[in-house]
Amino acid sequence: MTTVAERPDVAHADGPRPARTRSDRLGIYLLLLPSLLPIVVLSVFPLLRGMYLGFTDARAGRHVEITFTGLANYRELLGDELFWNSFKIGLLWAVGVTVLQFLLALGLALLLNQQLRFRGIARVLAVVPWAMPPVVVGILWKLVYHPDAGLLNEFFHRIGADALRTNWLGDFSTALPAVIIVGVWAGMPQTTVVLLAGLQGVPRDLHEAAAVDGAGTWHRFRNVTLPAIAPVIVAITSLDFIWNFNSFGLVYVLTAGGPGGKTMLPMLFAYEEAFRYGNYGYAAALGNVMVVIIVALLAVYLRRRLREAN
Amino acid sequence: MFGKPSRTARSLQYLALAGYLVFLGFPLVWLLSTAFKPPRELVQLHPSLIPTNPTLQNFVQAFTEQELGRAALNSLQVSLASAVLTVLVALPASYALARFRTRLGTAALGWVLLSQLFPFVLLIIPIFLVLREVGLANSHAGLVLIYVVWALPFALWMLQGFVRNIPRELEEAASVDGASRLQVLRRVVFPLLAPGIVATSLFSFISAWNEFFFALVLLKTPELATLPVTLARFVGVEGTARLGPLAAGSLLATLPSLIFFAFMQRRLSSGSLAGAVKG
Repeated sequence: MTTVAERPDVAHADGPRPARTRSDRLGIYLLLLPSLLPIVVLSVFPLLRGMYLGFTDARAGRHVEITFTGLANYRELLGDELFWNSFKIGLLWAVGVTVLQFLLALGLALLLNQQLRFRGIARVLAVVPWAMPPVVVGILWKLVYHPDAGLLNEFFHRIGADALRTNWLGDFSTALPAVIIVGVWAGMPQTTVVLLAGLQGVPRDLHEAAAVDGAGTWHRFRNVTLPAIAPVIVAITSLDFIWNFNSFGLVYVLTAGGPGGKTMLPMLFAYEEAFRYGNYGYAAALGNVMVVIIVALLAVYLRRRLREAN
Repeated sequence: MFGKPSRTARSLQYLALAGYLVFLGFPLVWLLSTAFKPPRELVQLHPSLIPTNPTLQNFVQAFTEQELGRAALNSLQVSLASAVLTVLVALPASYALARFRTRLGTAALGWVLLSQLFPFVLLIIPIFLVLREVGLANSHAGLVLIYVVWALPFALWMLQGFVRNIPRELEEAASVDGASRLQVLRRVVFPLLAPGIVATSLFSFISAWNEFFFALVLLKTPELATLPVTLARFVGVEGTARLGPLAAGSLLATLPSLIFFAFMQRRLSSGSLAGAVKG
C-alpha cells in the first residue's frame, strides 16, 4: 500500500490520473518537511520527554543529573496535601466553569436565534471577551472586583447594600466563586457562537411538524432542538472542560492562586513547583496526572452521552 | 423560532437579553471608563460609571512609561516574526495536504486535537531545557520558535482549507497552456490564496500577541518581556492611581485581536472560510 494516495474528494471526473511516480512522492514529502520537522522536534518530542520527566527526579540547574525514580513522584503526590487541595479546586473550577458556561451560553444562543431587537449589539458583545487576551480579561475583572475602586462594590453601595461590599478576590469564601464567574465570562462567547451555529442547523420543518402535533415550546426544545444539537453540545463541553482544566493566565493575573491557596489551580501549582522551587520531575508528574484525569473524566462523560444517544 | 410567542414570553426574553447585556457589557464599559478617567477620579471614594472629565492622559502615560511602550514593541516584533514564519513554513505543507492524501498529513491534523489535551507544563520544561541548551532560552528568537510550532497545526488546517477551495482545474488549465509548476503556483495559486494567507497570518499573529505562559517562563530579562507579561507584572504593583494606565494599556493590547475578529466575522459570514472551519 502506498502512503500517498489521491484525495478522493478532489479527484478528477475525467479519467484517472497518471500513477504517482517516486519523485512525485519525494516532492510531497519535501513540501511537508518544513512543517512536520519543527512540530516533531519542538512539540511531539518535548511532550514525550516531559512525560518521561514525570518519572524522574529532574531538578532545575545546569548539569544536574537526572535519575529514573519510577513512581516515587506519584507516591509523594498521594501524600501531598497541597496537591490534593489544588486538585479539588481545579475540579471545582473546571466543572463549575464548564457547566455554567454551557447553560448561560445555551440561553444566550437561544435568544440570539430569535427575532429580537438589540440582537446585533448582543452578538457583538458576545464575541468581544473572546477577542481579549486572557491577561487583559484578568485585569478587567480585577478592576471590577477592586475593593475600593471597583464596579461591583460601588454597585452595592448605590443600591444601599453596603453590607455586601467585600474584597471579592481577597476573601477566603468569595475568591473561588469570583474567579469562576470570570472564567464563565471569558469562555462564554466561544461556546455561544458554536451553539448558535448548531441551532441554526436545526431544520425548521421539524419544529413545524412538532408544533402541528401540538407540542409546546418546552417540548419542542426538549424533543427537537436538544437532540439535534446534542453532538455540538458534547463536542464543545468536552473542549471547554479541557481548556478550563488546563487554564493558567486568567487566574494567575486575578489571584496568583491566593488567598491562602484558595484558587490554586493545578496548572498554577505545577508552575510554582517547576519554576519557583525547581522541582521539574515533580511538576511533570503532576502534568501526567492531569492528563490521566482529563482523559478518564472525558471517557466517562463521552460514554454516558453515547449511551444516551442510542 | 416559529409561531408568535405570547406577550409575556416576549417580555421575559427581553428581560433575559438585558441580563446578558449587563453581564457581558458592564465590565467592558468599566475598563473603558477607567482608561479615560483622570487620576483624581480614580482615587475618588465612590467612583462614577462615566468619567466626568475624560482624558487621554492614561494612554500617553501607558506609552511613554518606558515599560509598556517597549513591551508593546517587543510583542509586535515577536508576533510579526511568528506570523510571517508560520505562513512561510505552513504554505508548502498545506498545499501538499490539500492536494494529496498522505498518512503524515492525517497525523499532523490529528495532532491539532490531541495537543489540546496536554497541560503546558509538560511541554514547557523540556522546551525550556532544549532552548537553554542552544542558548535561546531568554530570547525573542526562542519564543518565536515556540509560537510558530504552536500555531502551526492550526495554521496548516486553516490554509489547506483555503487551498482546497481553489479549483484544481485552474491549475491544470495553466499547465496545459505551458506554465511550469512554479509558474502555476506563483501566477495561479498564490494570488487566489491571498485571503487565506492573510487570515492565517492574522491568526498566528494574534495567538502570539495574546500568549502569556511561554513568555512568562522563557523571558527572564524585563527588557525583553512582551505586553501580556508586562501588564501582568503591572497588576502586582497596584496602587489605585496606576489603574488608569493599566486599563489604557489593556485596551491597546486588545486592539489587534478586535481587528482580527472583525475581519474573521466578515469572512465567516461570507462563507469563504467554510472549508477551513470544516477541515
